[in-house]
Amino acid sequence: MATILSFGRYLPDRVLDNADLAQKLGCDAAWIFESSGIEQRCIAGEGETIAVLAECASRHCLERARVDAAQIGLVILSSGTAERRFPGPAAELAHRLGLAGVPALDIPVASAGSLFGMALAAQLAPAYGTVLVAAAEKMSGPASSEPLDRNVAILFGDGAGACLIGNAGEGLAIVDAVLHSDGAYTENLRLEHTGPVRMDGRTVILQAARRIPAAIGEVLARQSVDASAVGAFLLHQANRNLTERVAKALGVPASRFFSNIQRYGNTSSASLLIAASEWWEQTAPARSAAPITTAASAAGDLVCFAAFGAGFHWGALLARKMT
Amino acid sequence: MNEDTQEKLVAIVRGISGKGTTPDPDESLFDAGYIDSFALVDMVAEIEREFGIKIPDAELNPRRFNSLTRIGEYLDSRGV
Repeated sequence: MATILSFGRYLPDRVLDNADLAQKLGCDAAWIFESSGIEQRCIAGEGETIAVLAECASRHCLERARVDAAQIGLVILSSGTAERRFPGPAAELAHRLGLAGVPALDIPVASAGSLFGMALAAQLAPAYGTVLVAAAEKMSGPASSEPLDRNVAILFGDGAGACLIGNAGEGLAIVDAVLHSDGAYTENLRLEHTGPVRMDGRTVILQAARRIPAAIGEVLARQSVDASAVGAFLLHQANRNLTERVAKALGVPASRFFSNIQRYGNTSSASLLIAASEWWEQTAPARSAAPITTAASAAGDLVCFAAFGAGFHWGALLARKMT
Repeated sequence: MNEDTQEKLVAIVRGISGKGTTPDPDESLFDAGYIDSFALVDMVAEIEREFGIKIPDAELNPRRFNSLTRIGEYLDSRGV
């Protein structure tokens, strides 16, 4: 059974709060918070490329797992904001980590990319050994490009997350995952080679509010688990209001949904792993508790990841805490 | 759209919007401030519950729910 061994993250030093962003966009800071739940976001500095951001998050992840980079057998990097058409940044990330000859795979899926990477890594770990899954995004630039859409520009920030998935060890055992794509909505959320992020917010939110709970319900049903038995939900951090709708649709308290969107905004595919990294640290004491050995005894120790984004691509992944 | 359906729709929109006014049948619910993107999610859920239908994801086009008239046309097409 594939296991998530650790998480890591990196957020750029520069912080842009709502007051400064509102002044730049000519809107009201209170409106930004009410519309999104976001208070501030991080902005990558000059020289902080996708590969650099991913390297920082990956090194944080490796340190926390006490794993040497040389043990990595496969690198997967998700980014919808890579600098080049090709090569993607995965190979450079591997190079930065000193991994010559190790296969490196790019996933340019945007918001759901890290979830796709985790699900793929769980399947590929038996063949490749320890898999590094990283996600890095620089969304603040394209989100605020001309022609400016304030509804989009207020949402996004920069950052990176990472996780390490292996065949054995302590961490989160991956139980099951479901992935979906529907190209009928390609035009509704997209980033071309030039210009800003284009988003039909009404369609995106309406579809996300339906498909995220449906995917979670699907993976839980496959494992005969009720949503009430899941201790923590880790979602792509898109919008606080959306998370509340997902919680309502599943009939579970919103308090079970980890949220850090207020501090980082929507960092696209990086957000899921950044959130998981912070949640992982917060729950560290609980991980030293008695071992979980059966599904029946795991109520409250189940963790559900879910994401939805451009494509549309979406899915859910169920894991269980273990020691 | 029959009178009963219209009354139920108006009640849903008024309840979700919190506004004491009733939208004109062809008025855009978005432009007139009755709903936003997130209230649309709530409104669709209420319509499904009130009329006992399940709206497929592929039919969830915001333009279909932009006014009382359009919602009524959709409900008619569903035989409500």
